Amino acid sequence: MSDAGRHPNIELLTLSEVKEVTGHVGNFHVRVLKRTRYVRESECTSCGDCVAVCPVVVPDEFNMGLSSRRAIYSPFPQAIPSSYVVDIESCLGHNPIICGKCREKCEKNCIDFNMSDEILEFDVGTIIVATGMEVYDPTELDEYSYTKFPNVLTSMELERLINAGGPTGGEVQRLTDKRVPDAVSFIQCVGSRSFKTGHRYCSNICCMNTIKSTIMLKEHYPETEVKVFYIDIRAFGKGFEDLFQRSKQLGVRFIRGLPGSVKEDAATGDLVLTVENTATNQLEKHRAGMVVLATGVHAPEDMHVLQEMMALQKTADGFYLEAHPKLQPVDAATRGIFFCGCAEGPKDVKESVTQASAAAARAMRLMTPGELTVESITAEINPEACTACGICARVCPYHAIQFDKRSGQPARVTTAACAGCGTCAAECPSNAIEMHHFTDAQITAQVDAVLSEDAMNRIVVFACNWCSYAGADFAGVSRLQYPPNARLIRTMCSGRVREDFVWHAFEKGAPVVLVSGCHIGDCHYIDANHWTEKRLQRMWKKMETLGLRKERLQLEWVSAAEATRWRDVMEQMEQLRKTVTPKEVAETRKALAQQAGKPAKRTARKKEAKPAGQPT
Amino acid sequence: MNRTSKQEEIRIGVYVCQCGLNIAATVDCAAVAAYAGGLDGVAVARTSAYLCSEPGQQLIKNDIAEKGVNRVVIGSCTPRLHEPTFRKCLADAGLNPYLLDMANLREQCSWVHAGDPQAATAKARDLIRAGVARARLLQPRRELSVPVTNRALVIGGGVAGIQAALDLADSGCKVVLVEKQPSIGGIMARLDKTFPTMDCSI
Repeated sequence: MSDAGRHPNIELLTLSEVKEVTGHVGNFHVRVLKRTRYVRESECTSCGDCVAVCPVVVPDEFNMGLSSRRAIYSPFPQAIPSSYVVDIESCLGHNPIICGKCREKCEKNCIDFNMSDEILEFDVGTIIVATGMEVYDPTELDEYSYTKFPNVLTSMELERLINAGGPTGGEVQRLTDKRVPDAVSFIQCVGSRSFKTGHRYCSNICCMNTIKSTIMLKEHYPETEVKVFYIDIRAFGKGFEDLFQRSKQLGVRFIRGLPGSVKEDAATGDLVLTVENTATNQLEKHRAGMVVLATGVHAPEDMHVLQEMMALQKTADGFYLEAHPKLQPVDAATRGIFFCGCAEGPKDVKESVTQASAAAARAMRLMTPGELTVESITAEINPEACTACGICARVCPYHAIQFDKRSGQPARVTTAACAGCGTCAAECPSNAIEMHHFTDAQITAQVDAVLSEDAMNRIVVFACNWCSYAGADFAGVSRLQYPPNARLIRTMCSGRVREDFVWHAFEKGAPVVLVSGCHIGDCHYIDANHWTEKRLQRMWKKMETLGLRKERLQLEWVSAAEATRWRDVMEQMEQLRKTVTPKEVAETRKALAQQAGKPAKRTARKKEAKPAGQPT
Repeated sequence: MNRTSKQEEIRIGVYVCQCGLNIAATVDCAAVAAYAGGLDGVAVARTSAYLCSEPGQQLIKNDIAEKGVNRVVIGSCTPRLHEPTFRKCLADAGLNPYLLDMANLREQCSWVHAGDPQAATAKARDLIRAGVARARLLQPRRELSVPVTNRALVIGGGVAGIQAALDLADSGCKVVLVEKQPSIGGIMARLDKTFPTMDCSI
């Protein structure tokens, strides 16, 4: 920790939050809000004089509220930076009439209530997301009476009690009578592996954390009787089984079965656990002086903030989703962004450190050469076909298209800024934009190819590379089975799916067409899928005008993690396909052919697009 | 539109990967390759046990060198997995890496239609046909080089963030470590001992 604090290459920003990330791999632009400490970091010597005079006493969150701190404080003795900090929410304020005692006391004069929050802006080449996890709060699991009985603790509370730097100096005391408990019972899987309360997944660390705590308890208090109630013990890592056996040798009893209830003997503060021992099939009662709930972990509440900022994806468990579970385990799907630690899933210290080194190596791999190549999937405007309407410039999520309405000159693409979503090419009413590597001709040829045989039995699917196509891949990796009629055509973004592609599919006899992309807010091209949605609205309206059943064109958002959703969508599409008759397809072709015959088609659409045009 | 290819005869190589039995257990790979051989513009169509393996890639390289293959369609796993592998294979053989299309015969075919080999084989044929149709129109592309800022942002100062920041900083990279709390350390700083070695956490 202290190495990180004093490393010349590390700039440490505490009390800080990332507020905005723009740009791309190699050149992200970042805005960070740095909240003030009201203490000048570089000058504070952590002498503690200020604390002695502070009249405000609040619970100390570092010790899980088992002790108290002042409004000016150091979070814990080894804190980095070591500078004190003012908790401005509880501070009485710097008005000398009210308080200001700390400022008077500080000889170095480093407390300054006029300091204010700062916005810092800088560029980075890569980003490592290590936002960690939160410990499960067991107040909702009332059968263990955490909220009712003081001698029912969480594993983190025990951790602070047994810590020499903790509120009791390392003495494990009961909250009711300050005595060392003569019997401690651990209850496993609190908030984990439950379909009712808490989370379904295994939190990975609680079994070994409990085993560690039992050994520490036995080392401190050999006479204390220690029991562990569990579903099964997951001691799978290197050296884990040895530790488990050591705990058993020290006399810790492992009892298979989770207690149904915890009752308190009000006279003694002792607790009685009723449990069905599944090894013996007996209903047993166990007395304990202290009960420790081995609480699981979960993704922090505010994970969605960074998720939306950087177009990251989450698993059903709420943690960030890696680009590939085995081959790119620390990469985000967005190039240049990496995960490590519990942000990616619950894990222990060793695994976190391993992953962190991996993420650092992956980041260095991108930065060390000094330059990187970007996929050559970019837009190019044909100046002769461009009518200078400006729609492309308006829909581009990256402002990569230069256009000046007054000059009447054709629009121009700044290739280096173009990310390749293809929304401009899809929206261009003059068809003047070529999307390299995903050209109109290529996509139309794919549509023709998949419909050239037995079209009535085909489902044409346009799937975006990052979410829906990846979701379909995940369904495959999960071996989910679904009807075999869908034919996927991959585009980088659903924003690329030009109206013509869909009309062409219907003209070629497609019974149903699906356009699928990232959920709104998750788009890898900032907000390009908003245009997909608007376009589909427009198309449904047109289908109604033409007398076509608009259900035959579906729009679904499927994320890379939603394998089962992909399967469900495929099944729904197949049900829908079955409702389409050859007669309906023939009528559709006729209606579209008639429509195509009208010369006003393109200009009509161009006019229609204009008033829709002031998005916020 | 893609008219530059007029002077050049399109010679597509189609390679159907069996992926051990991952694809071959459900899809009749030989039949798919035979079908592909008859498609317009296809010069050669083959199967391979593992196309991503060295011998598999050598097949492609040989055909580029000896049979004048100038477009490649690979029927295998998802392009999200091995597109970089095969792009590099093409580049090694002197072909522009963008003259490649991949048909997803594993994640989106054999694995999801395991109970219906006939339908899966038909789908594989369709996907290869679509790949060949696209390959006919593929054009060489040149990738842009962009400069990279040699600074990393690490969000979160727990044990993982600290380790990542230190590894980067020790390698000479500038790091900005952003932590929400007043101190770095995260959950780890609260722990006394850590398993399995029972040493202290800080």
